[in-house]
Amino acid sequence: MSPSHRSSSTTRAHRLNETLVALPPSGIREFFELVIAMDDIISLGVGEPDFVTPWNVREYAMFTLERGDTSYTSNKGILALRREIAGYMAHRFGVTYDPENEVLVTVGASQGLDLSMRAILNPGDEAIVIEPSYVAYKPMVALAGGVPVVVTLRYENNFRLDLAELRAAVTPRTRAILLNYPSNPTGGTFTKEECRHIAALAEEYDLILISDEIYAEMTYDQEHYCMADQPGARDRTIVLNGFSKAFAMTGWRMGFAAGPADLIAGMTKIFQYSMLSAPIMSQNAAIEALRKRHQNVPHMVETFNQRRRLFVEGLRAIGIDCHMPEGAFYAYPCIRKFGLSSREFCTRLLKEERIAVVPGTAFGPAGEGFVRCAYAAGFQELEQALEGMKNLIGRL
Amino acid sequence: MEKILEILKENARTPVEQIARRLGRDEEMVRQQIRKLEDDRIILGYRAVLDPEKSGDELVMAIIEVRLTPQRDTGFDAIAQRIHKFPEVKTCYLMSGDYDLHVMVEGRSLREVAAFVSERLATIEHVSGTATHFILKKYKEFGVTIHESERMTRLAVSP
Ligand SMILES: Cc1ncc(COP(=O)(O)O)c(C=O)c1O
Repeated sequence: MSPSHRSSSTTRAHRLNETLVALPPSGIREFFELVIAMDDIISLGVGEPDFVTPWNVREYAMFTLERGDTSYTSNKGILALRREIAGYMAHRFGVTYDPENEVLVTVGASQGLDLSMRAILNPGDEAIVIEPSYVAYKPMVALAGGVPVVVTLRYENNFRLDLAELRAAVTPRTRAILLNYPSNPTGGTFTKEECRHIAALAEEYDLILISDEIYAEMTYDQEHYCMADQPGARDRTIVLNGFSKAFAMTGWRMGFAAGPADLIAGMTKIFQYSMLSAPIMSQNAAIEALRKRHQNVPHMVETFNQRRRLFVEGLRAIGIDCHMPEGAFYAYPCIRKFGLSSREFCTRLLKEERIAVVPGTAFGPAGEGFVRCAYAAGFQELEQALEGMKNLIGRL
Repeated sequence: MEKILEILKENARTPVEQIARRLGRDEEMVRQQIRKLEDDRIILGYRAVLDPEKSGDELVMAIIEVRLTPQRDTGFDAIAQRIHKFPEVKTCYLMSGDYDLHVMVEGRSLREVAAFVSERLATIEHVSGTATHFILKKYKEFGVTIHESERMTRLAVSP
């Protein structure tokens, strides 16, 4: 039989890359299908701000379109934007980068993650992922040919990282540690001391740190300590950040990576072949967003902070245990005592009260017994959601 | 105090309980602070922002530019007092630039507003001139967009 005739479903499976086929389906996607089948729900399932992009940014983007900015840009991104980013990293987080060769503008922090994995991992290299974790980390490691090794955070420990466990996960094949703080989904962050310990461990084993700090601006009760600012860390850290969250620019797909020149050059090489350049309109918008950040960011962050207090205190008041998130816009309450699995809890909350929250298991098996509630919703909606949760647990 | 004011400026109907939770403060304390803000006349009042079309509001509004001759002892204040006390006057600001008082006047008809301006305002001593501009359509009032044209395109669940 000629190759063109092989089209049975068994051979179809072979058309896809094995690593891809082996990836488990996204837990979020599954739940999403359930949710979109319903209307009139209150959703605390959304991992993005409920603000539209501030008007000055939108208006500026339109101006640049009128001006005729519709071309490719330099691979690394418009130099003026890289300068703004370097300035931002210096002023806001205390780390200096050369905009010429230590900053790469990416299509969301997502692409920064993809590029950094592909740039540093050899087949079979291990990368440590801390769970519960953002959904993309393990797949991105695997798709880059690496092997994700999981370190699990526990509720009993307030989701704090146990350094001994992190150390125990390091093997001769470990190449990198993926960090995300403030965290999606737990809302936890690192203290300065924790950052230093992680940096010291990376130095000891000569590891690269991929630090996803996309929620850095949304850090409420303490400062955000950039991983690259820790002693010994700068030249082994790729900081991933972007405009989606604190700048309310998810749909513009704008992020950036900052790191030592060799790593950024490696990422740029991949970028050059796979992306050419990030969209110019979005890059222009990002310039405006950074230049006028003082106008917009603090107000949005304060609003999230007020929602955080309202929601978490509200959860506690109705008898749901929840640690106080330190950053991002997620609360990660424990629902174990109600005797339902995370999925059952979420499904019932959705069907009986029309409220969407995401099962903790979407963020790794350690999430069983938890649900992720994004409090990126209006005060009224949050209060309604709390009411619905109260009704549901009253029946359990 | 400042944070309470910010919240009330955004939505004066925010329940005290919610304000307390949002700010991580005691509810009774917040209640007292608001009362004090009112007693001290820092908060002067609360009002609703209406969509004039939907509320069936047939009132006519005009902005009147008023030019004055300042007085030796009282400057513009005495005249401004005389003007802003008319109930027809909803807003009255002293301005820099081309004219002196920015007065917003409300009435039931064009004729009524015009009459108020020509008979009552323009005839006040030391008022040296007026220019009346009728408001045709409101797009935004006190920071509130009147015909919301933005929509939310977020998906109900995302990572
Ligand atoms: C931890 C984390 N990293 C990265 C991203 C993706 O961000 P971006 O929109 O910049 O690709 C998200 C979005 O939810 C996130 O939560």
